[in-house]
Amino acid sequence: MKQAHFETLQHSTWQTFAKKVQALDKGHAQVEHIQSFAQDYRRICQHLALAKQRGYSEALIEDLQQLVWQGHQQFYRHKSPALERLLSFIIVDFPSTMRQQWRCIAVSAVLFFGSFALMAVLTRLFPNLIYHLISPAQVAHIESMYDPAQRLLGPISLRNHQDDWVMFGFYIINNIGIAFQTFASGLVFGLGSAFFLLFNGLHIGAIAGHLTRIGYGETFWPFVLGHGALELTAVVMAGAAGLKLGAALIAPGAFSRVAALRAASTVSITLMGGAIIFLLLAAFIEAYWSSSNSIAVAIKISVGCGLWLLVLIYLLFSGRIRHAP
Amino acid sequence: MYLETPEGIYLALRPAGLPVRVLAFAIDLLLRAALLAFAGAAWLYLGKFGLGLASISAFLLLWGYMVLFEVLNQGRSPGKQIMGLQVIYSDGTPIDWSGSLIRNLLRVIDLLPFAYCIGILCLLNSARFQRLGDLAAGTLVIYEARPTQRKSLPEVTASPSARTLTRNEQHALLNFAERQQQLPKRRSEELAAIIAPALHIEPAQAVSGLYAIARSILGLR
Repeated sequence: MKQAHFETLQHSTWQTFAKKVQALDKGHAQVEHIQSFAQDYRRICQHLALAKQRGYSEALIEDLQQLVWQGHQQFYRHKSPALERLLSFIIVDFPSTMRQQWRCIAVSAVLFFGSFALMAVLTRLFPNLIYHLISPAQVAHIESMYDPAQRLLGPISLRNHQDDWVMFGFYIINNIGIAFQTFASGLVFGLGSAFFLLFNGLHIGAIAGHLTRIGYGETFWPFVLGHGALELTAVVMAGAAGLKLGAALIAPGAFSRVAALRAASTVSITLMGGAIIFLLLAAFIEAYWSSSNSIAVAIKISVGCGLWLLVLIYLLFSGRIRHAP
Repeated sequence: MYLETPEGIYLALRPAGLPVRVLAFAIDLLLRAALLAFAGAAWLYLGKFGLGLASISAFLLLWGYMVLFEVLNQGRSPGKQIMGLQVIYSDGTPIDWSGSLIRNLLRVIDLLPFAYCIGILCLLNSARFQRLGDLAAGTLVIYEARPTQRKSLPEVTASPSARTLTRNEQHALLNFAERQQQLPKRRSEELAAIIAPALHIEPAQAVSGLYAIARSILGLR
């Protein structure tokens, strides 16, 4: 068959398909656009194969290739409904990935909480140790934030109450930024993540030890306990995600380093997704609950402990039974 | 680079190299700086309220700009769109949240120690121009396929060739005729003069003679 004849025969098929693809691209597809999309797509693939085999002109082949490419972009994708995916991520995917990756989590947790505890104890024994890590001006600033005489606690105490939501934004940016850094620097063979875990652990440990020593413990601990359940675990998760990347590069096993990295990064991004959700919740709690000094200490501590318990139960048990979607 | 689809079709993809990606990034950078200046102005004029707004928008611009545009605009940030680039998975499917998040979070490493040194070295060292973030996410930056308007063949009366042509020869003649608008007149005459004797065409009418044969191959009158 001559090319001109072929083109006149099939021209209308190509034009309707192009219209369908455009409608789908712009997101206002009607039922008639979706009907017979698969058949049309395959037919055009066949036309392309024919055109190549019969040696039709390059311009026609390019046009058909363009159509096939647009159809391919619509037809094949990694996608499913957003809300359903989010729910299944929170209930099943994330906690089960956490349990599956318990080794990375354990290493990350030991690095972070270990350095935290060590520094907290050391600061109580050697009071001057904190000044090696944090400048005296900063220490004074931190002390003023947790002064029991304050109406509001934490970084928020330096501002007015109606600025709660400003601080909410500040916490989110600050904490998620730190989590992203901790994760991404894991690509340097895990060293970056380990560094940030240790650094943050030592830093917070020093502050905790110092404030407890000078008698601000009764404001500091209830403050930290509430959102710490989410925030500190999120830091551990981000660290574990980074360590996972590093581990894939150091010991790729039976894969090439690139393939191992790609496999590890899908796991890591699941952990990071969980960490981001945790940090959003933590920022909310920190801005609206932890910082208030009018709530009785006993209530704050019991709610804080309750939150830790909830987080542990969630991470240990959620999604063990997979329901049909 | 060719991508084989499940239908057994090979699609040509053109991965984008360093210069064009640097340009796209520079455009994005300028755009973000301008938006950030806007947010800064909001801070100056709206006080505390503006400060919250400014800090949140700074965060969004830093971490979310690329991801949001890539996922919601078919893999194209504004800079990429201007330069005609697109991010896709290396299996040819459109990019989604997880892929875009991975490749943009790992930017932090690619830009080390300064000015994207690691990213550039990695990109130049990879066959498909992937930086570290691309390798981890399994993504590619390609030239977007843009629709082209097909030109009709020159209007001459079709006449078959004096000798039988092989398929490759037919293909070459067709492509020559289709490129008529892209070639300067002198150049097409020069090219036509080379093959005219083999097809028994008068050298004086070499170009129009070839067009006539091309039309007959296509089946036009």
